[in-house]
Amino acid sequence: MNAFVQYIESYLTSNVTPGAAGNMFWASIYILIVFTGVSVGVICMNWLERKVLAHMQVRLGPMRVGPHGLLQPFADALKLLLKEDIIPARADSVIFWSAPFIVDLAAFTVFVVVPFGPQHAITDMNIGILFMLGVSSLSVLGIVMAGWASNSHYPLIGALRSSAQMVSYEVAMGFAVVSAILMTSLNATGTGTLSMIGIVEAQKAQAEWFIFKFFPLGLIAFFIFTVAMVAETNRAPFDLAEAESELTAGFHTEYSGFRWSLFFLAEYGAMMAVSSIAVTLWLGGWLRPFPNWLSGSTWDSIFSYFPGATFLFLATLCFYETARMPKHPYFRIQTIGLAVFGALLALIGLLLFVPAVSVRIQDIFWFTAKVAGFMYLYIWYRGTFPRYRFDQLMRMGWKVLLPIGLGTLILTAGVALIQQNLWRP
Amino acid sequence: MADQRTLSPLDLDTPDKTFLDANELVINMGPQHPATHGVLRVILRLDGEKVLGLECVIGYLHRGVEKIGENRTYAMFNPYVDRMDYVAAVSNGLGYCEAVEKLLAIEAPSRAQHVRVILTELNRIASHQLWLGTHALDIGAITPLFYTFRDREEILKIFEKYCGARLTTHAFRIGGLQYETYNGFEKEVKNFLNFFRPKIDEYEELLTTNRIWLERTKGIGKISAEDCIALGVTGPVLRASGVKWDIRKAQPYANYKNFDFEIPTGQNGDTYDRYIVRMIEMRQAVRIIEQAVDSLPEGPIMAKVPKVMKPPVGEVYHSIEAPKGELGYFIVSDGSTQPYRVRVRPPSFVNLQALDTMCRGQLVADVIAVIGTLDIVLGEVDR
Repeated sequence: MNAFVQYIESYLTSNVTPGAAGNMFWASIYILIVFTGVSVGVICMNWLERKVLAHMQVRLGPMRVGPHGLLQPFADALKLLLKEDIIPARADSVIFWSAPFIVDLAAFTVFVVVPFGPQHAITDMNIGILFMLGVSSLSVLGIVMAGWASNSHYPLIGALRSSAQMVSYEVAMGFAVVSAILMTSLNATGTGTLSMIGIVEAQKAQAEWFIFKFFPLGLIAFFIFTVAMVAETNRAPFDLAEAESELTAGFHTEYSGFRWSLFFLAEYGAMMAVSSIAVTLWLGGWLRPFPNWLSGSTWDSIFSYFPGATFLFLATLCFYETARMPKHPYFRIQTIGLAVFGALLALIGLLLFVPAVSVRIQDIFWFTAKVAGFMYLYIWYRGTFPRYRFDQLMRMGWKVLLPIGLGTLILTAGVALIQQNLWRP
Repeated sequence: MADQRTLSPLDLDTPDKTFLDANELVINMGPQHPATHGVLRVILRLDGEKVLGLECVIGYLHRGVEKIGENRTYAMFNPYVDRMDYVAAVSNGLGYCEAVEKLLAIEAPSRAQHVRVILTELNRIASHQLWLGTHALDIGAITPLFYTFRDREEILKIFEKYCGARLTTHAFRIGGLQYETYNGFEKEVKNFLNFFRPKIDEYEELLTTNRIWLERTKGIGKISAEDCIALGVTGPVLRASGVKWDIRKAQPYANYKNFDFEIPTGQNGDTYDRYIVRMIEMRQAVRIIEQAVDSLPEGPIMAKVPKVMKPPVGEVYHSIEAPKGELGYFIVSDGSTQPYRVRVRPPSFVNLQALDTMCRGQLVADVIAVIGTLDIVLGEVDR
C-alpha cells in the first residue's frame, strides 16, 4: 500500500508529463481527463455551432430544451442513443460496424500528445507531431470503410472524395508543418525537435511565436496549414465528402443513431485535434499572448487573472439573460436553471482567482482559448462560404497550396541557415 | 431494370472510356433528394464524377390540373392555377385571368391593371428570392437562404393583408379584382421597396464577388442562345444567353407598356450570368412597382363581366412573363360555361428540358448548381 502511495506521489514531484515519467497511474488519470474534456468540448461545440450559426443567419437556434437550448446536445445524444440501429441488408456488416470505431480511434488517439501545458499532456513523444499527423490521417481508412461497406452509391462517392481530398491536403499540410519545425532548430545547438512540448518550449526560448517568425514566412505557413486543416477535417467550404445538396450526407448516408453520432464525435474531435496542432506550432501553445510586448512579472500577474475574468464574464452574461427571461411561470424552471448555471460559472471564475489554482490552470486556459478561436473560425467559414467543387478543391490543393508550401519551406530553410551560420553572434 | 429502360434513349455521343472500361455509374438523384427542389428524379450516368448524360423523370407531382380545368367553369378554375407554380401564384393567376379576358373580349379597368402589376412584380421578387436562397444553399452557402426568407416574409405579409392568403393567393378575378386595396396599401408597398433595396445589396455582398461562388458559377451550365431557342427555353435563362426577349416588352400585357424598365441580358449564358440577370430583375421589379404605386389611378376595379361566363366558340393563346419564363395559357372554348381544353405552357417544364444540354461533360456538383439556376418548381413541371 505504501509503495503504491509512493508510486503515486513520486510523479507529483517530477516536472514532466506522466507518460514521460513512466507513471501508469497518472497517465490513466490524464487519459480519462483528456477524453472527457474532448467529449465535453464536442458537446459545447455542438451547442455553440448551432447558436453562432443561427445568429449569423438571423435566427435563434435551439431555444426549447433548457434555457437558450443549453441542454439540446444532451437531448440529441439521448435521441441518437435510443434510435433503432440499422445496418443495411446488403452492407458488409463487419466493416460497417467497425468503421466508426476506427474513425473515432484516430480522432481521439491524437490527443495523447497534445500539450495543454508544460506537464499537462498524457505523454511527450519525441516524434509527437509526426504521431499526430500519422494517426489523424488514419481516419481516412475508417471513412473509406464506411463508404465501401454501405454498398450504396452516395456513400461510395463521398468516401472516394474524402479520401482523395484528405490525402492531397496532407502533403501541403506536411510542408507547412516542416517549415515550423525548422524554426525550432534556431538555438545554440542547432537541433530542432518534433516533440509537441519541445516546439512550444522553443517558441518560449526564442520569445517569438512561429507565426511571426521570419515574417511573412511563418504567417504563410500558418495560412497554408489553416486552409489544409479545414480540408483535412472535411468542413465547409471543403465539406464535399458530406455535401448535403449533392451526396445527401456522403460517407455516412447509411449510418444512423449511435453509429452516426460516433462519426459526429470524430469529426469534431478531429477539428479540435488539428486546431491544437496549429496552436502548438504557430500560436505558442499554452503561452500567454504578447510575451514580448507586455513582458514582466506585472503583466504576468495581470494575465493570470484572465481565466477567472472570462468565467466571470460568462457568468454575468448568464445572469443578464436570466433577468431577460420571460416572467411567465412556464419559464420558471428554465430561469432557475440559467441562474444556477451562471452561479456555477461564477464559482469557477472565483476559484480561478485563487493564485494556487490559477498558476496550474493558466496554461490549459490559454491553450483551450486558442483552440476555441479556431472552432469559431470553423463555424464562421460554414456560415459564409459556398462549397468548392471537387476538381477546384484538388486544383487548389496541388497547384496553389503545395507550391506555396514548398516555396515557404525552402525560403524558411534558407533564412534559418543564414541566421544560424552567418549572423550568429 | 427500370433504369435500363428509361436510360435507353440517352445518346452518349463520345463516352469517355478508361482502361477499366467499366467506368459508368448510374445514379438516381431523387425523387427524395435535398437538392432537386421537390420530387424530381434525375438519372445520372457518371464516369467518376463526370456527367456523361442525364435524364429527368418527372410526374411525381402530377395532379391533372389541365384536366380539372375541363370540368370547372372559367371562374372556378381560377384558384387551381395558383397551385402550379406555387411560389409565383400571382403570376399564374394573372396569366389565366388575362387569357380568359381575351377570350371574352373584355378588359380590366386601369386601376385593376395597376394593382395587378404591383402584386405580380412583388411576386416576381418573392420568387427570385426563393430561387436565390435555394440556389445558394445548393452550392453550399447556407446563409443567404435565411436572409431571403426573412425579406420574402414582408412581401407575403402584403399579400396576406390584401387577399388573406400568403402563397396560393387567388388575388385576381376574371375582369379585374375582387378586393379593393386595403387602407395604407400604397404606403406599405413603398415601405417595403425602401426596406428591400439595401437588402439586394446585402445578398450581393455575400455572393457576387465571393471567390468560391464565382468559381462554382462562372462557365457552369453554359447554354448558347441557339440552343435556348431550339429548346424553347425562356425567361432569365434565355436572357442570360444574350437574347433580349421579355414578354413584358415584346408583347406588352397588363399595362407594362406604361412603365419604364430595362431588360437585363447576359453574354455567356452560364450560371453566373443567370444569377446576375435575376439580381438585376429584382432591382427592375422594384422600379416598376414604384412607378405603378405612384401612378395608381382611381376608378373601378372590375369590368362588366356576365354572371355566367360563356365565351364564344374559339381559342386563345395568351402568355405572360412569369418569374421563370414564358407562362402561356391556351384555352379552347366550345361556347359552354366550361373550357373545352386548357393547356398550360409552364416555363419550368420547358426550361427543365435544357438540363441535359447544360450538364453534359460537367461534374455532379454542377448538376446541382444547374438545377438550382434553372429555377424549377416541380408543381409547375408536373401540373
